[in-house]
Amino acid sequence: MSGYIARRLLQGVVAIVGALLIVFVAQRLSGDPVALMLPMDATEEDFAAMRQALGLDRPLPAQFVVFIANAVQGDFGDSYQWQAPAMALLLERLPATLELALAGLVFALLLAVPLGVISAVHRGGVVDRVAKIFAMLGQAVPGFWIGLLLILFIAVELQWLPAFGRGGLANLVLPAIALGWYPVAAMTRTLRSSMLDILDSDYVRMERAIGLPERWIVWRFALRNAFVPLVTMIGVYFANMLGGAFVIEVVFAWPGVGRAVVDAVFARDFPVVQAGVVLAAVVFVVVNLIVDLSYGFIDPRIRHG
Amino acid sequence: MSAAKLLAWLRPSKRRERPTAREMQPDRVAEPRTGRLEVRDLKTHLFLKRGVLKAVDGVSFDLAARETLGLIGESGSGKTMTGLSLLGLPPKPAGRIVEGSVKLDGRELVGLPEDVLVDEVRGRQIAMISQDPMTSLNPVFTVGAQVAAPIRAHGLAQASAALGMAVDELDRVRVPSARERARDFPHQFSGGMRQRVVAAMAIACRPRLLIADEPTSALDVTIQVQFMDLIERLQDETDAALLFITHDLGVAASLCHRIAVMYAGRIVELADATELYAAPKHPYSQGLLASVPKLGRRGERLTAIPGNPPNPLDLPSGCAFHPCCPHATEQCRREAPPTVAVDGSGEVACWLHV
Amino acid sequence: MAEAVLPRPLLGRLLRAREGGFPYIAATVLALVLVCALLGPWISPHDAGRIALSEAMTPPAWLEGGSMSHVLGTDNLGRDILSRIIAGARVSANVALYAIVLSGFIGAVLGMAAGYFGGVVDALISRLIDVQMSVPSIPLAMLFAAVLPPGEAMVIFIIVLSYWTWYARLVRGEVLSLRERDFVKLAKVAGVGTPTVFYRHLAPNVLNMLLVLATLQFGSVIVFEAGLSFLGLGIQPPNVSWGGMLADGRNFIEVAWWLITMPGLAIMAACLASNLLGDWLRDTLDPVRRQL
Repeated sequence: MSGYIARRLLQGVVAIVGALLIVFVAQRLSGDPVALMLPMDATEEDFAAMRQALGLDRPLPAQFVVFIANAVQGDFGDSYQWQAPAMALLLERLPATLELALAGLVFALLLAVPLGVISAVHRGGVVDRVAKIFAMLGQAVPGFWIGLLLILFIAVELQWLPAFGRGGLANLVLPAIALGWYPVAAMTRTLRSSMLDILDSDYVRMERAIGLPERWIVWRFALRNAFVPLVTMIGVYFANMLGGAFVIEVVFAWPGVGRAVVDAVFARDFPVVQAGVVLAAVVFVVVNLIVDLSYGFIDPRIRHG
Repeated sequence: MSAAKLLAWLRPSKRRERPTAREMQPDRVAEPRTGRLEVRDLKTHLFLKRGVLKAVDGVSFDLAARETLGLIGESGSGKTMTGLSLLGLPPKPAGRIVEGSVKLDGRELVGLPEDVLVDEVRGRQIAMISQDPMTSLNPVFTVGAQVAAPIRAHGLAQASAALGMAVDELDRVRVPSARERARDFPHQFSGGMRQRVVAAMAIACRPRLLIADEPTSALDVTIQVQFMDLIERLQDETDAALLFITHDLGVAASLCHRIAVMYAGRIVELADATELYAAPKHPYSQGLLASVPKLGRRGERLTAIPGNPPNPLDLPSGCAFHPCCPHATEQCRREAPPTVAVDGSGEVACWLHV
Repeated sequence: MAEAVLPRPLLGRLLRAREGGFPYIAATVLALVLVCALLGPWISPHDAGRIALSEAMTPPAWLEGGSMSHVLGTDNLGRDILSRIIAGARVSANVALYAIVLSGFIGAVLGMAAGYFGGVVDALISRLIDVQMSVPSIPLAMLFAAVLPPGEAMVIFIIVLSYWTWYARLVRGEVLSLRERDFVKLAKVAGVGTPTVFYRHLAPNVLNMLLVLATLQFGSVIVFEAGLSFLGLGIQPPNVSWGGMLADGRNFIEVAWWLITMPGLAIMAACLASNLLGDWLRDTLDPVRRQL
């Protein structure tokens, strides 16, 4: 287990260094990186100072080392929109994004778990068919459009829930649905197919033979087995949702990392953009690491294996 | 004395502290002489796309308390399906009990609603020890929780008390240091130990009928012997009737009082174990016994039963065994033989004995 | 029991002539998108960019105040929605085709190299895939949107950057298993050169899978492009795109629901059609492997 953790940690570090490399390449791709790093009204002295700070007079590998060294300290330069360290600005907004992504995940699970379980138990039944249609639509309809429709119907027409901003639970509902919409389909299918296998397994047959009520077998026992493959996917989905949150945040004016990065792109505030990309990669790696470790919690075979 | 018995003798179990089977079932009346289980003309068919598979096709037998009946036959002969039918669990959605009667202590089980079967029969009155210990335990729950599950489901005890009882059951099936091991997961147990856990799950509610479906076929021979001893002892302690399903004639001979030989969904011969081994009446039983290698008779040719097992979806007319039978006559081709009593205790379904 | 007869799913009955049959509706929708892309200027009722403030915010034809000359209504500048959707189809189809062909080609070549040569090549390419996959694609898109000049070329570049890994992983896995098969081993023993083995024996075997994945991803790429354009980071005005239309319509969500509904329906139809066609292709070309 500890060897496994060490290997996963190493993979995570490699991935983050890779992300840093991509950011570095993107910087250089644009021609003069200093032009990206400084506001448009910067003076010639600013340029010279920045060039020296970035070590642009040195060879590329050396520049990369400097870049990495700064990055490790969380230093991606100052946002010139806000005159503050870029990473700190984004970290301030990270809780809002995590809150949204978690709410999206909760929504997705709330819908996918009953749908997946019921469509496996009553295969070919009404719920199974509805879930199938849902799955097809789920993958074809972009979440941000769902967001717009939700705003149109729930917020504007019916005026049930607020459409914009962050605040109480009411503000969270619509963006969470828009964000959680997409993974519902795949989660439902995964859960359904693993549930079908499990309900046909020897141990479920044994559980039936010793007279456990069917609802125990399904909801207390088999569901826990079915969660093992689902958890594998939750990491990937959660990471995708963090990315997707960038768009949903714009739709619902949610004050998170994504909206800050989109604004920064328009304001040509490059330090914030690159900090945003690296932050997204770090969160992705950390989330997947947590997911890997939590397998052991759900599947004891991995804990002891 | 076997290793398991030796161990049992060396280490006085906590059995005395537990209520005995009789105390756990205070409503139980004295055993009627007619027998505990009466199966009459049981038919379980599988309705498949390709046709109707008559997996169990008119099976009848009796079983008394403490008695062991061996159900032997090759795979596909309907042994397991018979066991599942007694539990009211033919495979869904294709399987259905179409006819017949199963009476346990005089109570008709066929036709009982599903919730009554779940609440009062499965695991409570009839329990099954399944074939493969490696796959019969849920990998993500502790064995303690799994043994406690039927105790809780049948309302014998609540959460923590049920866990305590589960530990006692594990102790009863001789899982060493049961209290600690109850917190372990199935993958931390060996095959033989897992099968003991399965047995503990089955006997946890003191069923009156225990069905063991090839419980030892996945185990090493030494472990097999230990497990057979254990089953015998559990049967003694709980007063259960035992239906022992196997294709292993040797195992059946060592354990069973009587043996029923199944072929193509029917019992072709039922007799006392000693009688059957000494003088099998049905040609199929004769072939089955002749195909078993006997110790000390090395060099003797093993006789195979001629022909192939019949296609279960398209059984031969008359006696299903006739295409493979050396004594087949025109009558065998036309008409299925009735089951007739022979030599006191035995029954056989063959025109040779009518 | 796998053999028990199951009722056919409702949507399957609706969208396919029979189970596993050719999905006519889906194919028609995709063909329509392609026709719009090719013949847009000739078949659209109006010029997509024509501004007519006097006709602004005309609702769809079937509503009160609607007119048959603007079947799906007009936007805040009086531009015809139907014409703009037809013009958007050109952008969507164009971006999706280029992006898929490019990412398919790059992914297939790298995947084949990794699977065929193994060792250091495989390790390098596999790490590259890992790294690529650990940067969520939307933030990555923003990075490049910040440094590259916006437009179709940039959108295609960003999509290729995020999508090539799918093809690379698929092809690598397939080649790894093919490499062990007899006909490839025999060819190597017989002294057939590496390029010939690639071309003769490996490419045909992975082509089917590539085709299936490409069809399935056509819709996903359209959604991705729409997302970028919605954010204002993709296709720039005056070029018309479905995502851009949604972004414009968003400002008038309280007065003109059709502005955000119609382009969204177009995205949904195109994506649903490509998924259904992809499913059909997969079942037809490779009935055994259904885990794509």
